Amino acid sequence: MTRFSALSLFTKAFGGHQNWPAQWHDAAPKPAYDAIIVGGGGHGLGAAYYLAKKYGINNVAVLEKGWIGGGNTGRNTTIIRSNYLYDESAHLYDHAVKLWDGLSQELNYNIMYSKRGVMMLAHNVHDVQSLQRHINANRLNGVDNEWLTPEEAKAYCPPLNISPDARHPVLGAALQRRGGTARHDSVAWGYARAAAALGVDIIQNCAVTGIRRGADGAVEGVETTRGYIASKRVGVSAAGNTSVIMQMAGLDFPLESYPLQALVSEPIKPTFPCVVMSNTVHAYMSQSDKGELVIGAGTDQYVSYSQRGALHIVEHTLAAICEIFPIYRRMRMLRTWGGIVDVTPDRSPILGKTPVQGLYVNCGWGTGGFKATPGAGDLLAYTMAKDEPHRINAPFNLDRFRNGRLIDEAAAAAVAH
Amino acid sequence: MILIHCPYCDEKRPEIEFANAGQAHIARPLDPSGQSDAEWETYLFIRANPRGRHHERWRHVHGCGRFFNAVRDTVTDKFETTYKAGEPRR
Repeated sequence: MTRFSALSLFTKAFGGHQNWPAQWHDAAPKPAYDAIIVGGGGHGLGAAYYLAKKYGINNVAVLEKGWIGGGNTGRNTTIIRSNYLYDESAHLYDHAVKLWDGLSQELNYNIMYSKRGVMMLAHNVHDVQSLQRHINANRLNGVDNEWLTPEEAKAYCPPLNISPDARHPVLGAALQRRGGTARHDSVAWGYARAAAALGVDIIQNCAVTGIRRGADGAVEGVETTRGYIASKRVGVSAAGNTSVIMQMAGLDFPLESYPLQALVSEPIKPTFPCVVMSNTVHAYMSQSDKGELVIGAGTDQYVSYSQRGALHIVEHTLAAICEIFPIYRRMRMLRTWGGIVDVTPDRSPILGKTPVQGLYVNCGWGTGGFKATPGAGDLLAYTMAKDEPHRINAPFNLDRFRNGRLIDEAAAAAVAH
Repeated sequence: MILIHCPYCDEKRPEIEFANAGQAHIARPLDPSGQSDAEWETYLFIRANPRGRHHERWRHVHGCGRFFNAVRDTVTDKFETTYKAGEPRR
């Protein structure tokens, strides 16, 4: 791997950007590996990177059925935050936020983490009470979050309409200043490049079609569209397709997969300095470095693997956006798309071991997995290397659906559902 | 937007008139106190989530208000059939 530096970038720029080498090797599968990661999104590539970097397991393959970062990693709205209510969630997401800090330097690849702040709007008394409860809970967990008056919110995000007679009046906002955005494709590419440099094979166009188990029930390897690959450790990080993969090992999972939509506008000059979320009217928005407004819509109500959603979901979100930010009413939207998100009954992820020896899982991130990318990768790698969960992901086990120890972020959380 | 045939109204109506009510044909335990933790887990939380043919419940909330069952392909979102609640699984 050639390291990037200011000098190397200048040299290439003056050379007309010719002769850029491939950043990682597009590998063909070997017969066997020490560990296999199923799913070449940010989480899976991150897990492969940390397995090699921190836990000394370099003979690793990442199997991706399409192209890396082409699933939810390339389809989300790139928002990073950790203002979750419960202790377990706050520790999990803040572990990720701490890793986002310095990730560009660690990977020697600019992932453009921008701490522009994530502001959550309160539109009614319940919102005010709920967000203030979040702020207090977050601060007790060492996660920054602060209350803004409507005027302070307007100062932080000038396009906001705080008029008292607005359709969705703003009574205040919770601001996490460490929150922000990152360039999602760069995250996948940066992890892929750094992992490949440590010996990880990144194998694209390689769908897993079966999981082979030995007489003792333990994992022996995976059948793929590019042949059988042996490995006693398989980590599944396949987002919306997790149920399908787990069925191959005979496991039924507490997951349902839904399309979640996002959309971008035509690019305009910088006008929107932060991330704003409104869970009550379901709208959230930021502006990309290209100038597009990046807008997150909701999930469709039915189970689907179609990677597209219905127009009325988008209309609902845009109606709210037009009311909260009237200056954008004449904007035109360029593209909409959908990703398939795997949702658990308690809206918290499942990250740990499975009943099958050697099979590990990282799933159930639902509508909010991007922000967790480095943390999920690190914790999946830890769990696979040690064959036991780290204390941060221990509560996010599969057993909680049997013993009732749910982490019910859905009912009381800051997540947009 | 998908169009859904309500077997009670016998009409194809737009999706916004309907509410999805999750997987169909999940039988409520007849003896709740006799259930093991694993059986409760299956009943409450484990879902089929298939890639392909899926049995699900819908409710015509902005129409007749009644629940019915449907078979839909989760890759194409196309409905194979809808049928009244209580009728056997198709």
